[in-house]
Amino acid sequence: MSESGTAQRIDVFKTYKLYVGGKFPRSESGRVYEVTDSKGQWLANAPLGTRKDARDAVLAARAAVKGWSGTTAYNRGQVLYRVAEMLQGRREQFAAEVAAAEGVGARKAAALVDAAIDRWIWYAGWTDKVAQVAGGANPVAGPFFNLSTPEPTGVVGVLAPRAGTGFSLLGLVSVIAPAIATGNTVVVAAAEQAPLPALSLGEVLATSDVPGGVVNLLSGRTADLAPTLASHQDVNALDLAGAIDPDGPGAAAALEASAADTLKRVVRPAADPSAEDWTAAPGTGRLLSFLETKTVWHPMGI
Amino acid sequence: MAKTKKTETGTGTGTEQPVRKGSLFEYAPAPESPAAAGEIATGYGHFIGGEFVDSSGSEALKTVNPATEQVLAEFAQGTGEDVDRAVAAARKAFADWSALPGSERAKYLFRIARIIQERSRELAVLESIDNGKPIRETRDVDLPLVAAHFFYYAGWADKLDFAGYGPNPRPLGVAAQVIPWNFPLLMLAWKVAPALATGNTVVLKPAETTPLTALRFAEICRQAGLPKGVVNIVTGDGRTGAALTAHPDVNKVAFTGSTPVGRAIAKQLAGTRKKLSLELGGKAANIVFDDAPLDQAVEGIVNGIFFNQGHVCCAGSRLLVQESVQDELLDALKRRMGTLRVGDPLDKNTDVGAINSAEQLARITELAAAGEQEGAERWAPECELPGAGYWFRPTLFTGVSQAHRIAREEIFGPVLSVLTFRTPAEAVEKANNTPYGLSAGIWTEKGSRILWMANRLRAGVVWANTFNKFDPTSPFGGYKESGYGREGGRHGLEAYLDV
Repeated sequence: MSESGTAQRIDVFKTYKLYVGGKFPRSESGRVYEVTDSKGQWLANAPLGTRKDARDAVLAARAAVKGWSGTTAYNRGQVLYRVAEMLQGRREQFAAEVAAAEGVGARKAAALVDAAIDRWIWYAGWTDKVAQVAGGANPVAGPFFNLSTPEPTGVVGVLAPRAGTGFSLLGLVSVIAPAIATGNTVVVAAAEQAPLPALSLGEVLATSDVPGGVVNLLSGRTADLAPTLASHQDVNALDLAGAIDPDGPGAAAALEASAADTLKRVVRPAADPSAEDWTAAPGTGRLLSFLETKTVWHPMGI
Repeated sequence: MAKTKKTETGTGTGTEQPVRKGSLFEYAPAPESPAAAGEIATGYGHFIGGEFVDSSGSEALKTVNPATEQVLAEFAQGTGEDVDRAVAAARKAFADWSALPGSERAKYLFRIARIIQERSRELAVLESIDNGKPIRETRDVDLPLVAAHFFYYAGWADKLDFAGYGPNPRPLGVAAQVIPWNFPLLMLAWKVAPALATGNTVVLKPAETTPLTALRFAEICRQAGLPKGVVNIVTGDGRTGAALTAHPDVNKVAFTGSTPVGRAIAKQLAGTRKKLSLELGGKAANIVFDDAPLDQAVEGIVNGIFFNQGHVCCAGSRLLVQESVQDELLDALKRRMGTLRVGDPLDKNTDVGAINSAEQLARITELAAAGEQEGAERWAPECELPGAGYWFRPTLFTGVSQAHRIAREEIFGPVLSVLTFRTPAEAVEKANNTPYGLSAGIWTEKGSRILWMANRLRAGVVWANTFNKFDPTSPFGGYKESGYGREGGRHGLEAYLDV
């Protein structure tokens, strides 16, 4: 096909990097690990994120809480919508990555990417509605103005989904977007065997007005990253969507027990994670899981 | 209160004490009759499957009147077998109870609310005798709120489709509920009312120092004709509680108590599918700005820390006062503390009753001593304390730094630590400098400052120009290590629904 005849063009491979604090560091370990497609073919080397990388990411996430939670809900909604816009522009790239990660056909992969774009938009619309749905005035028996308002919990540690239909990108978006829609910041341990859509999502976020540190994406061994997030004193909540190993340091029960030390809010993995359908309507469960209800009392009188 | 002993004089500031004895405002005793508590049996078993039953074990505990140290009754130390029986009874009852139309479940809850109102004097006196808190509080605060919680949640039972958790939200099943000794009946109401309204059945374990009103509540369930097994009460200490929360056939665990125990329960439940809500400790900051109405603020501070002898998880135990009004405020506060009446809980004039147990008194004593050792200045009004029983004078510490134990640890007694600040930002910083996050208070005339502060305080309940207000319609619960989940209001339903 080539005009010039014989020489085939050599593809430019991509160096995948972590996304932490709005920057793209290589791992502190200086090491990578092999990522293969569902048939075992080499796709790329992913950075081998370490416990130190996880702690750095928590620092970045904590630093971003004040600014992000202080942003108006209207503004947060526009930022989330902007993510959808940026993702739309890279639809083909993500379709290829999802197809490789999940072993699905091109058409199915494209549909999953479309669903991920739509999910950002769905959560973009939630930012300025959740306080009205989850909060409200309480008619106490006395001369008081009494109002309950939902507020973000703070830093949420997320184990990205590792199974189920659409886990690699749609599932990932389904756990990140609800947490940040309400003003939390997140540190995400990407699916160990399929981290490439997550690492590419970092490039989308970096170009979509999401302040640095609001979303931090790590690849590496779940056994290193997950216990670090679960035990970290400065992580307020834990989404265990991807904690599906039956035992070992990445197992849900061990992580939940570790999270109990700091009384983190924990979202447990589905009873059967491999049967989870991330294309299904998400509901408000995750949106409300990373909120605190603050109730303010004030006397009324003249 | 036959004999009295003189306690040591307050140390510290050397401020002149107002002399109470023989003053214009001395009141004659106004004792409530202990007989109004009704008959207290010498021994109690459990309430399982609608019947009062003996424990399978032989171990019995004693509950004492903390104001007299007299043994009130023996009650059973619940065994694993007892817990099994209670959970089985609750499981058996669950099918019918959850299938009952909400409108019918509501009627049972309304009945319970009414009977509580009818028997409120009896319950208030019994609560005061068993717990040591003043009759003024059980009569005017605890019991009205207990009835109000049953009324409030009764009305939810047939409206769950409209609660915002989607159509047809389902109950969880059997709820294991473990409650503390500071508000025995109120904590029971906070747990039992929403659980029953949403169609769950319960096994409740009251605290081992205050089991009597829960057992009296069992009688009320019988009077209300509540189906057998819907409410089960198993008594005992922490061992019984651990057996209950660990039971494989419970679907929901609700706990109110200390943060260490809450943490242990969270660990115990890790890896299970049991839903958990925790209402744990606190170290609330009560923040007074220089423009605050000081007299009202003083009342709020006193109510914040000396209400229920300070046995309140949301007690305002850290007073943060703006430096410019510190002296004025502390003078007024000491004057007010000098008028607090400490003594017989059954005297209607009593403001501060007995410490709930010898163990708790020892803990308060130890922490107060640590305050002195670490260099804070201790002050307490001179007052006579009864000779028998467990008592602790309302106590104030000034010169407290953030590193002091009395500024960090939950004392759960009538001990107030005073810190100062200069700017609102510093107040926020200090208020949030704790692993707890249950409540906070703000005193200022400036509305915009209240809202600015309230936004920044990491606490579940923020009282502005008031303190320690509770209402069944108002969600209550903590941030951070004060636990998770909310009790009260529409939010309180979520803990008992499969959402």
